[in-house]
Amino acid sequence: MSDLKEITKKAQQAIEDAADSAGLDLVRVSYLGKKGELTGLLKGLGKLPAEERPAAGAEINVAKAVVQDAINLKKALFEQEAIDEQLSAEIIDVTLPGRDADSGGLHPVTMVLQRIENFFRSVGYEVVEGPEIEDDYHNFEALNIPQHHPARAMHDTFYFNPNILLRTHTSPVQVRTMESRQPPFRIICPGRVYRVDSDLTHTPMFHQVEGLLIDKTSSFADLKGTIVEFLQVFFEKDLEVRFRPSYFPFTEPSAEVDVQCVHCVGKGCRVCSHTGWLEVMGAGMVHPRVLEYSGIDPEEYSGFAFGMGPDRLAMLRYGVDDLRLFFENDQRFLRQFN
Amino acid sequence: MKFSESWLREFVNPELSTQDLVDQLTMAGLEVDGFEPVAASFSKVVVGEILSTESHPDADKLVVCNVSSGAEEHQVVCGAPNARKGIKIPFALVGAKLEDFKIKKAKLRGVESFGMLCSEKELGISDNHEGLMELPLDAPVGDDIRDYLSLDDAIIDLDLTPNRSDCLGMVGLGRETGLVNGLDVKKLEIKTVAATIEDTFAVSLQAGESCPRFVGRVIKGIRLDAQTPLWMKEKLRRSEIRSIDPVVDVTNYIMLELGQPMHAYDLSKLQGEIVVRKSEASEKVVLLDSSDVELLDDTLLITDQSGAIGIAGIMGGLTTSVTDETVDIFLESAFFSPMAIAGRARSYGMNTDASHRFERGVDWQGQAQAIERATELLLSIAGGNAGPTTETVLADQLPEVPSVSLRLSRVKRLLGVDIGAEQVSDMLARLGFDSKRDGEADATVWQVTAPSHRFDISIEADLIEEISRVYGYNNLPVRTPVSQLHMAPVSEAQLTVNRIKDQLVARGYQEAITYSFVDPAMQLLLDPESDPIGLANPISSEMGVMRTTLWSGLLKSLIYNVNRQQTRVRLFETGLRFLQTPNTVELEISNIQQEPMLAGVVYGDRQTENWSEGSQAIDFYDVKGDVESVIALSGDQAHFQFEKGVHPALHPGQTAVITRNAEPVGYLGLIDPRVAKSLGLEQNAYLFEVKLSGLASRRVPQATNLSKFPEVRRDIAVIVDKNVSAAEIDGCVKSVEINALQNLKLFDVYQGEGIDLNRKSIALGLTFQDASRTLTDDEINDFVAKIIEALSTQLGASLRN
Repeated sequence: MSDLKEITKKAQQAIEDAADSAGLDLVRVSYLGKKGELTGLLKGLGKLPAEERPAAGAEINVAKAVVQDAINLKKALFEQEAIDEQLSAEIIDVTLPGRDADSGGLHPVTMVLQRIENFFRSVGYEVVEGPEIEDDYHNFEALNIPQHHPARAMHDTFYFNPNILLRTHTSPVQVRTMESRQPPFRIICPGRVYRVDSDLTHTPMFHQVEGLLIDKTSSFADLKGTIVEFLQVFFEKDLEVRFRPSYFPFTEPSAEVDVQCVHCVGKGCRVCSHTGWLEVMGAGMVHPRVLEYSGIDPEEYSGFAFGMGPDRLAMLRYGVDDLRLFFENDQRFLRQFN
Repeated sequence: MKFSESWLREFVNPELSTQDLVDQLTMAGLEVDGFEPVAASFSKVVVGEILSTESHPDADKLVVCNVSSGAEEHQVVCGAPNARKGIKIPFALVGAKLEDFKIKKAKLRGVESFGMLCSEKELGISDNHEGLMELPLDAPVGDDIRDYLSLDDAIIDLDLTPNRSDCLGMVGLGRETGLVNGLDVKKLEIKTVAATIEDTFAVSLQAGESCPRFVGRVIKGIRLDAQTPLWMKEKLRRSEIRSIDPVVDVTNYIMLELGQPMHAYDLSKLQGEIVVRKSEASEKVVLLDSSDVELLDDTLLITDQSGAIGIAGIMGGLTTSVTDETVDIFLESAFFSPMAIAGRARSYGMNTDASHRFERGVDWQGQAQAIERATELLLSIAGGNAGPTTETVLADQLPEVPSVSLRLSRVKRLLGVDIGAEQVSDMLARLGFDSKRDGEADATVWQVTAPSHRFDISIEADLIEEISRVYGYNNLPVRTPVSQLHMAPVSEAQLTVNRIKDQLVARGYQEAITYSFVDPAMQLLLDPESDPIGLANPISSEMGVMRTTLWSGLLKSLIYNVNRQQTRVRLFETGLRFLQTPNTVELEISNIQQEPMLAGVVYGDRQTENWSEGSQAIDFYDVKGDVESVIALSGDQAHFQFEKGVHPALHPGQTAVITRNAEPVGYLGLIDPRVAKSLGLEQNAYLFEVKLSGLASRRVPQATNLSKFPEVRRDIAVIVDKNVSAAEIDGCVKSVEINALQNLKLFDVYQGEGIDLNRKSIALGLTFQDASRTLTDDEINDFVAKIIEALSTQLGASLRN
């Protein structure tokens, strides 16, 4: 059986020497193939005496297994090498930028408007919009601001003719809603508003969101609750909120709402002019005369209204210090909010 | 309104720092805009007197003064032009500390100087640095200047809301401060000055409720050259009112103190009697500021025989005004109703201290008091003899004192607070309101009469506001509303604007917000056929008209960005456009269309500069793809069409009109090169604008079963005339009405070699599938043949080999 050992050794050497998987396959054929040497030995078993055959056969099978294992091992090695080569040939620079990665972005004021709308929608408010060119009645008269009322001086108004104007606030949308619907309802009215004003802190066009809730039980306490919750949710901070008596012709009592400065949390900084507070909203109980104008009985229904400037809220939230940037549409500025 | 803190403290003096006091006022609804000290902080500055002066031996502009500080005399070198013998000035002694330096012994050009004579600026009193601050000649030499001028004081700037005109005088402000602090307020003692002469001047009221009360008084023999006392001058100055002469100063002082504006006439110039009446057609008046004013209708006037001598409650006239020569005067203290004054000053382009008060309202019972107080002060300053006070009243035209009922139940409901009747009674009393209480517990009702200075109280809500103010807004409860919640219907058939915005953002667009009023020139360039709605009072001519297309703002923003080295810009905006019905004569809401639009502008390369693709300029189909992706959100692409169109701003060969169900909803195209040139754009800009209403409805999906049988695709190429559009081919294929045709894809367009110059090759991918069986080859061949036949007969197509 020295032949067997010899053949095994030769086969092992040939496997070792195989240069690639094709060469290896030749080796396999020449030893284990139908006409292979080891196969030949098995075929030659018949020449042995019957009692020696099992032992000899077993030995040959062991040798076959040894060679097959060696081939398998070598084959795995070649496969490994091949895949390694393929992989290394396919290496790319993953740090290069992807294609068409460029995304645009919403305007920061829109981002704030959506935030406001989402909050109020979640507590049952409906979003209502209205015309921007308005008549004197809806913008002033129906809101208890008759001709010559001193409050008109606070609304420097763009006019087209003595009766037609650009709305100075979104309150006319509330009037139109009260005229056309039966309470109870709760709405917010976002939109563009206009005043003849243009300087560092004023632009002739800006945005407002006004809210209105009319039902049979609403009170000043509900107004406070709504506003405090909104401001804390909006700024994602447990900021203190305070209410100061103020005056709007369409609400009574009226309040100016201050929130603790979002930057210094009340310590005093440049943003809040070192007062620790930021004036962010106006609010109040709807004036009975305003309800009457729109055909709602103030004895039966009461309601509250509030208004805020999303441009200013966007400035506070995103650290913008010049209102005019919002309307220049410099895309380098706008991209910062993407 | 600016006022002196110490003046307020004369009436009520809470133990609060200035900061705490202004915070308190702000929280009480009297918003303080700010405050500043009356003077800088300094020490050891006294009243000095220049006893003598000599010129400086070595400097023309310097004077050597011998200055008395009371106890001693000092040599001081001074450069002020008004340094002269006999005047009294603020004198900073050696060792004095001024704002940023200390006064030391010094030598100026060889002459020793002990101390410094000061200007107003050096004391931080004003910006005046023209010379030394000259003090009244009776100033006590040696007194500390801070005490003498009461400089330990602050000027508080109050921004009052229009309803609180009762606080436009120190008495009212004191009353409010007392209320907030629960302190008693010192009452101003107003003496009735007895008449020493009998002269009066007749007044006739002919304007009804516009002027129901006019109190007048003749004062004779006053000396206008008399000096207004320092304390009065200082109070006026701290309210930013310049001292002029004793008469003007006293009337201004009364206005600041009591809130009642007054006027003084030169008695010798008044003719006949004073008549208060409304203006008549084309009357004129020359006002105190020498302006010549043509009067509008419905202006309340003060007139005499000569005609208008002043606009009531706004400004007096020049012809009867007090001048240096005036000896005898007639004082006016009138009540002009807010309705008669409101808005009038503004219509003349004026805003005076008087009109500011009258249009908000003054106490209609305060006129006589004011004139007594003014007489007392004026006589003490400028001498003279006062005639009797004459009061002309239209009793039935005076404002009514309303009795307002206040229900406890209403207070509780509107404020959401649990408050007792006792507490409300107490608050009404503290407010100075007369009230009669009736009923028990929640049925308690008060009949309330407010004092005449609180004429803003006319309905129950006014009282509830007062109660909430006294109770303290921040003490009122906070509650989350619990009223019944109606779920707002959310229609799935509605495509939201936010969803559309998100789609464009995902495709690389940046949202812009541009002004709704635009440059008429831009408007004319882009939409010459529309007549834009013009503003009567635009902020500038470049913002003069309302946009009829959102492109006017977007193109302006594009140019802004291109001018800032931005080579690739894609912007979109949503908002209203404003159209008026053609041939509108009188603009009304009903003839204005305010239409929500979606618009965009695209400029520069298809992709941002990158390492893998070369730079390629965008073309029509890039932008069309963006628009189609928005349309796809509707799920109703089948009903949208892009047809060749015409728009004045767009390239005639690259303009599509977008239709939905055959109704035009928008435009898409390349900017006309001539328009681009006049805007200075060097590269192509593509524009689109679609009515949001055209995009708003969405098809709610309805699923169908998928066929289990195989689909078969056949590609064909046909050659057609160059002018045949893809839409025509599409329409032609569909006209054959083969139910099994599942999909038609136009996948290649070729013009060039091998094809007639006037023709083009179009490749179509046809996908067939039947819902219930496998199609045979013969059937499919038959379909294809039918399609080719239709293309051939309808569009002159030939099959390409």
